[in-house]
Amino acid sequence: MIPELGQFALILAMLLAALQAFFGIVGPALKRERWMAAVTPAVSGQVVMMATAMGCLVASFVANDFSVAYVAENSNSALPLFYRVAAVWGSHSGSLILWIFLLGCWSVAAAVGTQRLPKPFASRVIGVLGLISFGFLLYTLATSNPFLRLDPPWPDGEDLNPILQDPGLAGHPPILYTGYVGLAVAFAFAGAAMLEGRLDRDWARWTRPWTTAAWAFLTCGIALGSWWAYYTLGWGGFWFWDPVENASFMPWLMATALIHSLAVTEKRGLFKSWTLLLAVLAFSLSLVGTFLVRSGVLVSVHSFAASPTRGTFILAFLIVMIGSALALYAWRAPLLKSEAGFELTARESFLLFNNILLVTACATVFAGTMAPLISSALGLGKLSVGPPYFNPTFLLSILPLLALLSVGIHARWKRGNLSDRARPIVLTLIAAAVVGCAVVFGLFTGGRVLSPVGVALGVWIILSSLVDPIDRLRRHITIPRAVLGMTLAHIGLGIFVISITSVEAFTAERDVALAQGQTAQLGAYEFRFEGIRPIQGPNYSGVGGTVIVTRHGSPVAVMYPEKREYWVQHTVTTASSIRMYYTTNILIALGQDLGDGRWSLRLQIRPLVTFIWLAALVMAAGGMLAISDRRYRLARAAAPELSAVVPAITRSEAG
Amino acid sequence: MRARAASFLIAALAATLLLGFSRAWAIAPEQMPTPQLEARYLALIHGFRCMQCQDESLADSPVNLAADMRRQVRDMLLAGKTDQQIRDFMVSRYGYFILFKPPFVLKTAWLWLTPGVLLLVGVIAALTVIRRRAALVAKDLEDNDLTDA
Repeated sequence: MIPELGQFALILAMLLAALQAFFGIVGPALKRERWMAAVTPAVSGQVVMMATAMGCLVASFVANDFSVAYVAENSNSALPLFYRVAAVWGSHSGSLILWIFLLGCWSVAAAVGTQRLPKPFASRVIGVLGLISFGFLLYTLATSNPFLRLDPPWPDGEDLNPILQDPGLAGHPPILYTGYVGLAVAFAFAGAAMLEGRLDRDWARWTRPWTTAAWAFLTCGIALGSWWAYYTLGWGGFWFWDPVENASFMPWLMATALIHSLAVTEKRGLFKSWTLLLAVLAFSLSLVGTFLVRSGVLVSVHSFAASPTRGTFILAFLIVMIGSALALYAWRAPLLKSEAGFELTARESFLLFNNILLVTACATVFAGTMAPLISSALGLGKLSVGPPYFNPTFLLSILPLLALLSVGIHARWKRGNLSDRARPIVLTLIAAAVVGCAVVFGLFTGGRVLSPVGVALGVWIILSSLVDPIDRLRRHITIPRAVLGMTLAHIGLGIFVISITSVEAFTAERDVALAQGQTAQLGAYEFRFEGIRPIQGPNYSGVGGTVIVTRHGSPVAVMYPEKREYWVQHTVTTASSIRMYYTTNILIALGQDLGDGRWSLRLQIRPLVTFIWLAALVMAAGGMLAISDRRYRLARAAAPELSAVVPAITRSEAG
Repeated sequence: MRARAASFLIAALAATLLLGFSRAWAIAPEQMPTPQLEARYLALIHGFRCMQCQDESLADSPVNLAADMRRQVRDMLLAGKTDQQIRDFMVSRYGYFILFKPPFVLKTAWLWLTPGVLLLVGVIAALTVIRRRAALVAKDLEDNDLTDA
């Protein structure tokens, strides 16, 4: 009964999404007031139906209803309740439901947020979102329905993949998805502007907070995923340039470019068509990411054939969605001209380079991710592309970007006058270089060629970001929240660069074989293996080791790395033990029994690794702070007056 | 298998892609006679991919095939082969697929050249735009609030 209710809700949601799209897009085109008024009820109904579907799926999991195929494949009666709920998005079909539900939530938020904007524009935004919802719902119902029944029902489920049985599953996918889906709102704003054929600086001001919000969620989601990988996967890595990781990173790079390009469009009325293109590309990349990786094409060319319906549908959906957006773009972009000028050393130039470098970096990641696929398709042979490709090629664009940021942040709009600002630029650079060399050659020994460069760049970014806010404070000028947010985000980036450099350069790692009572040395630490004991969990059993860590003889920690075997899938996982300190992380993973009472252990010391994730949170917090700026609230309050004078607002068209 | 694929993006993916693999990775304790050989050994096995699993290096893969291949690498090192000889042998046996770092040959040149070419094109395009815009500065009289971000 409950699964059928869920299925019914999904169908209703799809019909409501169709109405939402139709009234939202056709209404303004035919100037039908009533049609436009129907958009808000349609989107509200859609999200209620999606919440119902989501609730029905959760209920089926909680009730262990193994007559539902999706539940039977992804849960088990021994699975703790917490994971039974999180298992809803533990696999393909359920995560689509979450995706569409979150899209519905963003759509309602957008409907509320655009209430005071000109009616036709607001209606088109929600209409475009409705189109996306409709496409996804059609895909879900046609190829990936999570409510399908089994006859006869299975006695018990196949269990959730043990690697997903971690609190991280509750937080990481929803937050990352919120970011992914949020880019749909920026896309919808771009779509509405293109449908209207009008794009002015007000448009950029309306779009900015939505884009920044999506970006902040995406940042948090990627960081959480990286952290989760670090502590659950057992090997102590946090980024491997895997297709799945890249799929989330490419939209992030595009969204970062979009945020900066929107700033120029809002301030100067420039880069309009470029901004539109970025908004389309950012969301397209999250679609490609969601779909291509999910369908397994990136892993193996054969898996496309494994599920031909899904594969074909995905391709058709991508072509229709991205293709029509690009066609609309090609038609409208030439209309968006601007006569504004700027000098070579003006802020606009630096932001232009920011965009070029970010897009190049994104294209590089794209090329590397797709290379195995392209190479096979063209008959050039099978290829693997790993970190030895991504690291240098990515840095090729990113190192100049970091250096330009530290200079460009001092630049003014329109007129160059960078020579006025030579003093802070040179002073911060000297300070950064001194700190960089001191840290790398003094505090630590060794490191690589790029280590002092990395630390210096990070310090330079932080110092440069602080120059302007400190200057304002000294002159008793209030700092707008947008500037404060930008400063915070850039400081986060600086911290990120410093910590990733130190992790790359100064990680110490050693695999050892120890018997009870034996000791191994790594860096300044001694690790004493105290033997193995059996452990028992709710749905697994295994062995746990005890390791006493000391530093120059004084005790630091007692650590318990585990090796678990989950009963249902007979899967063995490594639960490494991690101690986080401010400046360093110690990780111990338990390997295998080597006989004679000896066990293999992986010991790892990573300096500053925690700051990689903290830095990402600082960046996201900066984004959120910027959204709360007064300007965006004023923009909304001022909008009704504008809409009274529409449709003749061409005021900033010339800007 | 350590399944880095599972790490990011969507938990869901992990389930779809990696179901059925065992998830404990291999920890290979030091086994070479000298630290120099040990370092070369580790560098080599980190650069080869396991032929049986997804995105896993030989160093980390727990499957038997990977253990055999590690043994092969170790034997060749102990026999005094150079890193390049070992790499060539593995490529002749398993193809370029085994290298995490694609070689720079005719068939893969496009991949290595893409980032540089794109960067060059981008910079030229940006400079062109800036030149055009710089000429407009004198004519552009609008000067509204241009102080903040």
